Amino acid sequence: MTAPIPGRSDAPVVHMRDVSIDFPGVKALDGVDFRLLPGEIHALMGENGAGKSTLIKALTGVYDIDSGSITIDGVEQRFSGPRQAQDAGISTVYQEVNLCANLTVAENILLGREPRRRGRIDYRAMNRRAAELLGELDLTIDPSSTLGAHPIALQQLVAIARATAVSARVLILDEPTSSLDADEVAELFRVMRRLRDGGTAILFVSHFLDQVYEISDRMTVLRNGRLVGEYPTAALDRVELVAAMLGHELDLLEEIADTVATSSSRADETVLSVRDLARPPAVHPMDLDVHRGEVVGLAGLLGSGRTELARLLFGADRAASGRMMVNGKTTTLRSPRAAIAKGFAFSSEDRKSEGIVGDLTIRDNLVLALQARRGFARPLSKRAKDDLVGRYMEALDIRPRDPWALVKNLSGGNQQKVLLARWLITEPQLFILDEPTRGIDVGAKAQIQKLVAELATDGMGVVFISAELDEVARISDRIAVLRDGHCIAQVGTECTVRELTALIAGGSDR
Amino acid sequence: MMKRFAASPLLWPALALVALLAVNVVLTPSFLSIRVQDGHLFGSLVDILRNGAPTMLVALGMTLVIASRGIDLSVGAVVAVSGALACAHIASATDPASAGTVITAMGIALGVAVGLGLWNGMLVSVFGVQPIIATLVLMTAGRGIALLITDGQIVTITSAPFKVLGAGYAFGLPVAILVSLSVFAVVGLLTRRTALGMLLESVGINPEASRLAGVRHRSIVFAVYVFCALCAGVAGLMIASNISAADANNAGLWIEMDAILAVVIGGTSLLGGRFSLTGTILGALIIQTLTTTVYTAGITPETTLVFKALVVIAVCLLQAPKFRAVVSRGRSRKIPRRPNPAPGSASSGAQPRPIAEPTSGPAPSASVMVTK
Repeated sequence: MTAPIPGRSDAPVVHMRDVSIDFPGVKALDGVDFRLLPGEIHALMGENGAGKSTLIKALTGVYDIDSGSITIDGVEQRFSGPRQAQDAGISTVYQEVNLCANLTVAENILLGREPRRRGRIDYRAMNRRAAELLGELDLTIDPSSTLGAHPIALQQLVAIARATAVSARVLILDEPTSSLDADEVAELFRVMRRLRDGGTAILFVSHFLDQVYEISDRMTVLRNGRLVGEYPTAALDRVELVAAMLGHELDLLEEIADTVATSSSRADETVLSVRDLARPPAVHPMDLDVHRGEVVGLAGLLGSGRTELARLLFGADRAASGRMMVNGKTTTLRSPRAAIAKGFAFSSEDRKSEGIVGDLTIRDNLVLALQARRGFARPLSKRAKDDLVGRYMEALDIRPRDPWALVKNLSGGNQQKVLLARWLITEPQLFILDEPTRGIDVGAKAQIQKLVAELATDGMGVVFISAELDEVARISDRIAVLRDGHCIAQVGTECTVRELTALIAGGSDR
Repeated sequence: MMKRFAASPLLWPALALVALLAVNVVLTPSFLSIRVQDGHLFGSLVDILRNGAPTMLVALGMTLVIASRGIDLSVGAVVAVSGALACAHIASATDPASAGTVITAMGIALGVAVGLGLWNGMLVSVFGVQPIIATLVLMTAGRGIALLITDGQIVTITSAPFKVLGAGYAFGLPVAILVSLSVFAVVGLLTRRTALGMLLESVGINPEASRLAGVRHRSIVFAVYVFCALCAGVAGLMIASNISAADANNAGLWIEMDAILAVVIGGTSLLGGRFSLTGTILGALIIQTLTTTVYTAGITPETTLVFKALVVIAVCLLQAPKFRAVVSRGRSRKIPRRPNPAPGSASSGAQPRPIAEPTSGPAPSASVMVTK
């Protein structure tokens, strides 16, 4: 943030004026102005549904705008496809790396622009060119290695190198940090600063406020498809930013705090108790108890074993060793089915590929787990379905309120609510939630946090995982801190976020 | 459920079928006429139903396999094996015309068909072999097995009870079509009246999510391959029964292609998931009508396949959203219609570009959401 910002006074490289995009029934963008200056890192802020993705898609030529204008370098553009946006110098790196994992790094970087000799690809020149491009970003990756062999973080940097290979004037990074750990984020930021200092305009979308404050020079805040304002980062503190993003919904957050504070009415019955549960190398022998009415948080970095432990608890993976007791009885969980039969529920961190069934309706998604438990031969009656679906869509405020809508068309937050409802319909006694609030808007996030607190108050045992420490700290009654596959501490509510951070970071080599 | 299916997916196949029938009426004015003879119905339409029955049956099984994200290339081979086994047994029996012999023959044939389905199901669901490869094995080997059973000969038989399935009549209609339609009805009830259809679609759309939701994904995948092979087995019996012979080389040749086409024409995506049995039946009828049309139009049989390809392309294009968008272009482009609103006029809090005033108070260090 302290780095000099060259070219600040230049004319905007991207200038959107009064841009509107209509979808059936909703104005996704409503008269939004947006300016991106050369040589700046500009954060685009807002909840899901605020219009961030729509704005990006308008800028990258995916959506056609209904009114207003987009000017790139002073020339008004009307994109009819992503290709034209690319030709105008706009490159995008999406949340999910969309490269070809089975090709080499160099092939990925220069895909479609391979250097040729006599009609054939000149691999030597290609590797050399790729190495140059990587070198410009100070990255040491072997260009001839297979992309899939590298961790996601490096693949993302390769994606950025690919974007710069077309000498992009504008680089759009959509949630690039959501699956990176701290070191990787630092590396990404180093590359971003380097590109900025070279004059590239970077549009950065992230829901991690820390990162936004660390890296961005200016920010634009959207809410409900409208522009709230454009601010220098240094001039807007966090409270003001969240207030700008949320409007009135801050009250809801206060409410959770109250709910959590009063939810100490827990019985001393143990729902789940594991001893020496292990599945090396991700999970080394661990003990964990979850009581009725208790929220147990799992805190740790990505790769600390938190997700892997959750999967073991649900039988999604089989434990290599260890004992498990459910309601005081020794059990082995061989499959998710077995866990569900015990009254367990599990919401995976990977909502898209392990959660929702996108091409089915909200209705079918909601009853899926209950129906699977009943078996195909005992279908829920239409009436029972209508009743359950109506009740839970209402209770969790799932939108649109149309049970026949396909789940793939819902926003992330609503998809998550569908998943939660799917499990709540089975009336579980233990709910394992792996990052239920990742990548969803702040409003839905607050609703889900509130729901978790209420479920615990009603007597459910909850295992709660989140990458956001303050969220874990706020919701949990007890927190198990994981590091490198070991459970290094279990702390109660008296532990502050600062202390937690220290525990997680630990005295290790990080 | 019905109103969602009825709307557009079945429209194009239905229209294509009607169009094909219309072409036939033009070519042969008597095409639609059905006469009653000896209490049986006769006519081109009845022929289409009877000759299309095996494809229809195989396509029904194929629909479920495709819905599970799979494909079964071995159905043609299973057809050949089933027919060969039944005919070989009847030919070697002392009393080929007895009902007992025929029932035993059919039992053996269908038992082996189920066995072959178990083999496919095991490869795909237990060992995780890609369906196209797993069933390719049996597609190649199966016809060889059928040839071994018949010693490479065409086994002809004379057995009145056996002839009933493929060439007989009941209630005035060919038995074959009654069998196929019964299977259609049973599968329809089984998938839509129970939760089987929804669970199968769920597995086809997202196997891992289904597993984590507690769906018996393996059993379901296993079951659809067994069912598909069973359908192919019955179809094999129909074909052998119709000609009173087992031709291991030609029985069910390319029927897997016809079945897959029928499924696709019927609107079920090869990517798995949502399926339509009614669509499949329409698809199978389209294919059979097409074959009949080509013959009645006096076009040489060599060009039949080309005509099939043309119709299939037409129907599939009509179903493709992109193609439809291209066809109906002209009204797609939206016209900007809003006048420029006065900047900063709205009461909604959307103010163009205010610059925040620097605040004096210290910002919370960990996060704004910390409430402890």
